[in-house]
Amino acid sequence: MSKQLSTKFGDYGGMYVPELLIPALDQLEQAFLNAQQDPDFQQEFKSLLNDYAGRPTPLTKTRNLVSNPKVTLYLKREDLLHGGAHKTNQVLGQALLTKRMGKTQVIAETGAGQHGVATALACALLGLKARIYMGAKDVERQAPNVFRMRLMGAEVIPVNAGSGTLKDAVNEALRDWSASYQDAHYLLGTAAGPHPFPTIVREFHKMIGEEIRAQILEKEGRLPDALVACVGGGSNAIGAFADFIDTPEVQLIGVEPAGKGLHTHEHGAAIAKGTKGILHGAYSYIMQTPEGQIEESYSVSAGLDYPAVGPQHAYLHDIGRATYESVTDEEALNAFQLLARKEGIIPALESSHALAHALNMADAAEEETLIVVNLSGRGDKDLAHVQQFLKGDTHNG
Amino acid sequence: MDRYAQMFQRLESEKQGAFVPFVTLGDPDVETSLAVVEALVAGGADALELGIPFSDPIADGPTIQKSAIRALEKGVTPRDCLAIIHRIREHHKDIPIGLLLYSNLVLAPGIDEFYRLAAEAGVDSILIADVPIREAEPFMAAAKTHGIQQILIAPPNASQATLQQIGELSSGYTYLLGRAGVTGTETAADMPASDLISKLHDVGAAKPILGFGISKPEQVKAAIEAGAAGAIAGSATVKIIEQHLDDKAMMLTRLSEFVAGMKSATNK
Repeated sequence: MSKQLSTKFGDYGGMYVPELLIPALDQLEQAFLNAQQDPDFQQEFKSLLNDYAGRPTPLTKTRNLVSNPKVTLYLKREDLLHGGAHKTNQVLGQALLTKRMGKTQVIAETGAGQHGVATALACALLGLKARIYMGAKDVERQAPNVFRMRLMGAEVIPVNAGSGTLKDAVNEALRDWSASYQDAHYLLGTAAGPHPFPTIVREFHKMIGEEIRAQILEKEGRLPDALVACVGGGSNAIGAFADFIDTPEVQLIGVEPAGKGLHTHEHGAAIAKGTKGILHGAYSYIMQTPEGQIEESYSVSAGLDYPAVGPQHAYLHDIGRATYESVTDEEALNAFQLLARKEGIIPALESSHALAHALNMADAAEEETLIVVNLSGRGDKDLAHVQQFLKGDTHNG
Repeated sequence: MDRYAQMFQRLESEKQGAFVPFVTLGDPDVETSLAVVEALVAGGADALELGIPFSDPIADGPTIQKSAIRALEKGVTPRDCLAIIHRIREHHKDIPIGLLLYSNLVLAPGIDEFYRLAAEAGVDSILIADVPIREAEPFMAAAKTHGIQQILIAPPNASQATLQQIGELSSGYTYLLGRAGVTGTETAADMPASDLISKLHDVGAAKPILGFGISKPEQVKAAIEAGAAGAIAGSATVKIIEQHLDDKAMMLTRLSEFVAGMKSATNK
């Protein structure tokens, strides 16, 4: 066996899964390590990213959004990636790993449907059979993405158990995998879950940060003062942060969903308000009762509606390398509309959280400040939902 | 001698295997749950495997998921569950009682504190469904401190290295998985499991009890013929509770009958 990866980030992470799943996770780690050393794999991954998905994505300087003249704000345009969000990056990587392991089926979970869509398109392209678990409530509120997945040949399985959202879809995907691991790969969609997923997902998204570095140096001749990304499980944020973790002059800021406010129970801010515990195979910050039962999260954005956070974010928080802020539904909805009106870009509600925080920073800045926001996805999927909100009908939240 | 060792010694002299029913504590409520466990003992259970309800049971199929939801909807907490065990222990001094739960419930009060409370309630063993051997060290340390036996799982796909570790670390009994997947009777256990059983014997593991997909006396018989020291039935037992929620007397009668039927298949 070649070298093993570290399974933890400080105390966080690990492999808290049934013994039955350990061989499948070990197999995945080996396949990943071998693929990282294999120039043919890297070449194929890169060519899919460039020629199929549309990398590199642009870094766009906003023209009208920021009124403070001391502030320059750039958007990393993951919204322009095929599939509509950053999710496509790592899905292509894991789909190639699936084939490398000789597996023919893919299991995935999805919340907003973005990871499901990315999985469906990659499986259509690479000839894999996809079955995607989605909370019944999400199937209802994200109907266009359900249709997209089915159009591309994926089976979408509504999950009625529990709260009928992302957390329950992950549970069901893990249950499926424990019976099907011989032929199926569990293509986990965020930088959470048991090792080696947080590491694999980061590595397959880290081109986001590498491109930001090269692009901002070319445009501004210097690195940004701050890099801002939204955090649910934390995949787009870790992809943007990874290349900058050892560059301390760049402030890394993750933005969690404060939902209806951190003083309420309706939010998804696991770092701000959660406590340490184990969910879905990893030790991290989670939302739980004092007895250890997992609480339901809430956010206007389905993609941030998750009661835990990826273990590396928990670690970056504890060591002070990244800071984690939060933004309410209302602030995110304002940023969503502002970007549309001022720049002609409709962002995903998830990404609108990062943008809202960057706008707060811009308002407060007294010195020259260069900010990059990872605009992780586009807002097409959110149009109906936002329309309802703006009409004052918030019952569908 | 610990209670599992005593049980295995007694069964050996009686030329029998063990039958171990599983139910979720607090299902459908605390008082009925106590009566349920009494009915299992009355039916002839050799040991008890008792679950603490958890919100996200990833190793469980629909039947046990529903039992956890029934208990959680009644507001049943881990402390309530340990209190039920305490009451059972007062009436049944010798029966081995195993706890089966998920890691986050152990972490919530602190690992050491959880094991202390469990020992105080009269628990003999703890099996944590989402703690594989490679994460087990702090849990096993607490188990040792408080005189509890940490139960390890031997899955059908275990590597030789995992089997070796089970050989070195297991105590009480070894939970032998009859098949891949989650708990439930929808898919039956694969028989015979004799290959894995003999491997476990070779590495010196604690005696194997077969679980997952066991619902019929014939399966108990086959498990024991294949060399298992006993069999566990969870979903099949819990299903009886689910089917008689409106008639508790019938629920208890059927549970005792079921256990008696399964127990009668343990003769070697």
